[in-house]
Amino acid sequence: MKKSITFFGGAMALLIIASVSAAAQVAVRGETVHTMNGAPIRDGVVLIRDGKIERVGPASQVQIPAGYRTLTAKVVTPGLIDAHTVVGLAGYLNSPGDQDQLETSSPIQPELRAVDGYNAREALVEYVRKFGITTIHTGHGPGALISGQTMIVKTRDAATDAVVITPTAMLAATLGSAGLGSAGRPPGTRSKAVAMLRTELLRAQEYQAKWDAAPADKKPDRNLRSEILGRVIKGELPLLVTVHKANDILTALRVAKEFNIRIVLDGAADSFLVADQIKAAGVPVIVHATMARAGGDTQNLSMETAGKLQKAGIPVALQSGYESYVPKTRIVLFEAGVAAANGLSMEEALSAITIGAARILGIANRVGSLEAGKDGDVALFDGDPFEYTTHVTGVIIDGHVVSEEKK
Amino acid sequence: MRPILLLLLTLMCATGTLAQERPHAFLGAEIIPVSGPPIPNGVLVVHRGKITAVGPAASTQIPPDAERINASGKIIMPGLVDTHSHIGGGSGADASAPLQPEVRLMDSFDARDTSIKRARAGGITTVNVMPGSGHLLSGQTLYLKLRNGATVDDLFIRNSRGEIAGGIKMANGTNSIRPGGGAFPGTRAKSAALARDMFVRAQAYRDKVARAAGDKEKLPPRDLAMEALVEVLEGRRTVQFHTHRQDDILTVLRLSKEFGFRVVLQHVSEGWKVAEEIAKAGAPCSIINVDAPGGKIEAINMSHENAAILDRAGALVGFHTDDSVTDSRHFLRSAALSVRAGLSREKALYGLTMAGARMLELENSVGTLQLGKDADFILLSGDPLSVYTKVLETWIEGVKVFDRSKPEDKLYAVGGEGAGRDANLHVHEEGEQR
Repeated sequence: MKKSITFFGGAMALLIIASVSAAAQVAVRGETVHTMNGAPIRDGVVLIRDGKIERVGPASQVQIPAGYRTLTAKVVTPGLIDAHTVVGLAGYLNSPGDQDQLETSSPIQPELRAVDGYNAREALVEYVRKFGITTIHTGHGPGALISGQTMIVKTRDAATDAVVITPTAMLAATLGSAGLGSAGRPPGTRSKAVAMLRTELLRAQEYQAKWDAAPADKKPDRNLRSEILGRVIKGELPLLVTVHKANDILTALRVAKEFNIRIVLDGAADSFLVADQIKAAGVPVIVHATMARAGGDTQNLSMETAGKLQKAGIPVALQSGYESYVPKTRIVLFEAGVAAANGLSMEEALSAITIGAARILGIANRVGSLEAGKDGDVALFDGDPFEYTTHVTGVIIDGHVVSEEKK
Repeated sequence: MRPILLLLLTLMCATGTLAQERPHAFLGAEIIPVSGPPIPNGVLVVHRGKITAVGPAASTQIPPDAERINASGKIIMPGLVDTHSHIGGGSGADASAPLQPEVRLMDSFDARDTSIKRARAGGITTVNVMPGSGHLLSGQTLYLKLRNGATVDDLFIRNSRGEIAGGIKMANGTNSIRPGGGAFPGTRAKSAALARDMFVRAQAYRDKVARAAGDKEKLPPRDLAMEALVEVLEGRRTVQFHTHRQDDILTVLRLSKEFGFRVVLQHVSEGWKVAEEIAKAGAPCSIINVDAPGGKIEAINMSHENAAILDRAGALVGFHTDDSVTDSRHFLRSAALSVRAGLSREKALYGLTMAGARMLELENSVGTLQLGKDADFILLSGDPLSVYTKVLETWIEGVKVFDRSKPEDKLYAVGGEGAGRDANLHVHEEGEQR
């Protein structure tokens, strides 16, 4: 037994060496390098060593060492971040066998982990990766009062556990029409939904207090559901609240204040109507897909919303969101492009899918900008990244060149 | 009273609710006529709903009484033709049978639906509005001009035979297959057999009518379904055929050949796999670009290269929104995605305009900026294929139907409070067939 453990340990070590060597030393030289850490650099170089960014600067100051594989591009950006999707839990076949983003058996299921439903080899993961999207915040989707946990993961083709950044990133909740139960199941009204949510948070508060007060040898029985909600109560884990109508957004802010918990607003079609309140509450917004369809709770959605929130000083990120039919996912790069044409500046739109998104997701120490010490995640373009006709000519994740377009 | 009336009339002319009594001359724009190369400093003159002159500033006469409109810095191109849309909240066949040729979309189309305003904001001037694809034949489609109008009648197009222009919607593949769904097919072969049986009966009906030679005694009783199908057999009504998988596309070509009907292939997702066969059959392809493959089994092999491959093979390629599958306001973007994947700019712009006009047999009146054609055009802020470009104005038959500088029009261009109110948006729910 001991022998076999040693054997596996040895094999693991070999594998790690293999993967580090696969992430060879890479240099990226771009006519324009959007570092998202200061002004863009004209004729810039990004050096990546052992999967991490080693140096970033103008070509005149940064020598490319011998033995580095060099890629060139017109425009270089950090690897892109989709701040909210269900890709990986939702598959492209859209058949019951590949739709794991929503469990409808009960309205409140915080114990559902995203990592247990994520398929790193799903075709849609590969598809979005080719558009320069290197990090996704994915997991349980909208559609239940508390649908489950979300996770943050790199899109590199590898076993899930090897590419996860944050296994439990947020807890997904839905207020408004989409959070109501179907076929007569609770919650049947908005008020009932909020009463159920508050009751759940109260229980979690009690559980957490009991747990904290108990001596180490007398801890109460573990309860997966209360445990995760307890992390919300402690302010460790944000509640990701998918909500669209102005009154429902205010409800979310009210509950957050009552329990002193962190929330992130998601979708938020009416957010521009209550921007003052959102700003005052210090809550960030992951805005709905810019090209999303309007209707029902989202009847007021606008291509200009991200721009308006940005102007109001609210932290914003963009997302591909959830699609139930064709297309099965949107591409956050395209959504940012349309936002850049409708109120966001080029750098602001880029921020909403890089450093701005990383900050809201709490992963800015790892990704989101081209800075020494951060992960070697880079996207290469042959023109303005937002133009319809521009191509993504290369994608690098953790120093691995995962796609390269031969011209 | 009289001065007020005069003032009103002046206002109406100024805001463009009437086709101009005076010619309008648009000066200084780059004109993309689609019928020829772009004209850098062009002049477009429209009068009483028609194009009366188009050409370079240096050689184009401007009528002395023309109202001159400075369009410098802008781009003018023909109004866009969307060959497959579901705007207007219309419906088609019900669940009672898989083939319902007697059902007309015109009997349910709502000319006041806000989806029409969004389509105008996207630069769409002519559109083929269809019932869904959950049937082998879901009804008669309508070719419409998106004029300012309160009723569907205001939007009709009369074809060269004086008939209300429209096609008929058919589908094959998974959408119309409903195992255990009564009269609905459970397999692809059954789908084709039901369609063939329908056309064989229509041939018999047509022959009976012909043999009667107008003799009321010998004429068969009127049959609304058969009458529509005879129009199809006689080439007066084109089949707009929803089809995705390569083998389903070949089935459409086989049916079209057997019964001699005119057909436009709609969606054609795997057209790139059978491009040579499509080109050889001379079947036009109305394609859609969505942002990712999948969402349904038949769409997993969708590729943005579809248009380029079909074009290279020699097929006629146009585009559609399938609104609300894609948004009418992003119709230009659809073609741009094909350019990204290898289609030429010229073919992309042709696909958005003249190719669509040909698919709807309206090529003599719309699709290009040419003398004598309808004054259907759009003013753009820049390159039609750029994300940053805005549709500034949409004109149909010499009347401005969209003006981005007006707040109420801009609302439908970008969205915002009230933009989606009372809209019949047909957001696809899970399991819904389109």
